[in-house]
Amino acid sequence: MRNPQLNANGELTHLLSIEGLPREVIIQILDTASSFLKVSDRQVKKVPLLRGKSVFNVFFENSTRTRTTFEIAAKRLSADVINLDVTRSSTAKGETLLDTVDNLVAMYADMFVVRHAESGAPHLIADHLRRIGRSDVHVVNAGDGRHSHPTQGLLDMYTIRHYKKDFSPLVVAIVGDILHSRVARSDINALTTLGAAEVRAVGPQTLLPSAIEKMGVRVCHDLATGLRNCDVVIMLRLQNERMNGALLPSAREYFRCYGLTPAMLALARPNAIVMHPGPMNRGVEIDSEVADGPQAVILPQVTFGIAVRMAVMGILAGN
Amino acid sequence: MPTTDLPDAEAQCAELAALIRPCLQPDTVLVGIHSGGAWVAGRLRELLALDNEIGLIDVSFYRDDYGERGLHPRVRPSSIPFDVEGRPLILVDDVLYTGRTTRAAINELFDYGRPARIQLAVLADRGRRQLPICADFCPWQVDLDQSQELILAIDASGRLQWSVAGNA
Repeated sequence: MRNPQLNANGELTHLLSIEGLPREVIIQILDTASSFLKVSDRQVKKVPLLRGKSVFNVFFENSTRTRTTFEIAAKRLSADVINLDVTRSSTAKGETLLDTVDNLVAMYADMFVVRHAESGAPHLIADHLRRIGRSDVHVVNAGDGRHSHPTQGLLDMYTIRHYKKDFSPLVVAIVGDILHSRVARSDINALTTLGAAEVRAVGPQTLLPSAIEKMGVRVCHDLATGLRNCDVVIMLRLQNERMNGALLPSAREYFRCYGLTPAMLALARPNAIVMHPGPMNRGVEIDSEVADGPQAVILPQVTFGIAVRMAVMGILAGN
Repeated sequence: MPTTDLPDAEAQCAELAALIRPCLQPDTVLVGIHSGGAWVAGRLRELLALDNEIGLIDVSFYRDDYGERGLHPRVRPSSIPFDVEGRPLILVDDVLYTGRTTRAAINELFDYGRPARIQLAVLADRGRRQLPICADFCPWQVDLDQSQELILAIDASGRLQWSVAGNA
């Protein structure tokens, strides 16, 4: 079957998921991002690559940080950015997803950045664009349901590579609510593609998807075991909205068993880095002392995220 | 053109340095265009005994053929480790041809600040310009067929060497 993210020449034309992305494409995105990172240090923090192009941020689900970093990235590429709060407009009036897309294409959209609560929505849009013969319009998945959040996965890989250089010796622990996390799926796919030595999925039974071992990870239900000798700790947000589903007794109980405290972090390698996709729940999944400590690279992740999104949009719009 | 008929690129670097020397100001800095221009700029810095670090730019984000050819798969970071504001700059490239790379490089440099002046130094000028651009310093005018490519590379012994690809 044809990879829906690649064009006939094998070039990236949509970014829908890290699953199925060739290693060379991931490396190309990370390398390109490192060139974009320097643009933010200059007097003029813009390059003319997407001048005259229109990027539509179409968020069917709220996310201030992701939308903002995509907006900054597009503006640094000189694109015109249009933010649509579709949850409050056409969709609320009953318009279908693909009708919304057709209308935006009629407004000369060149790229869609899509966030949707339903897994597969960005793929549906990409498929629709192909069917109507508009392969010149590109789709970036900015998070769909529990499926994928590829730019977060890529910026996590950029962060790890920045601090650790080589993936092959790394032990990476992904800790928390993996069941509901599209970030975890993207990270696992990326880490296995890039050849990390060991990826651990750490969390209570109720927050780990069944058969996650098939993704090539080692499952640990005990935080201490999961953290021992690891090089990278990726903490996931405990999605508070999941708490009422009886998956967890209480936030305090969760912190006692799975919260990352300085004592727990001491089990990892001394130079281990701590990552978090945000927004953080201090005192639920992470102790403030760790979040603000010297091993945390949570704010650099945000900065790298802009460069990675510039790289993704810069590569897509040219293919 | 067989490789043996091509001039010695290292000797040309010395010629180019001699052309530049009388025009140097105390605060002149060199900016090399990746990758051939960066090598030549490195040679010139040694030959001219310049203390200042050289700048390096990759013009991929400024190219005018992005719409047709997409983003180059291997973009290298630009690095301008000095303040360009009010500085005399010498932009260095290996080959001057259509002038489009030079145009992109000048546009990029202005996003770092407003230099006092920009001069252009190249090892080879192929003519056939598509923009009103000319070199200030150049030791070699060469006329090649449009189907041919003039390539500067570093050989196994670390010397700069010309080659020509494609048939006349």
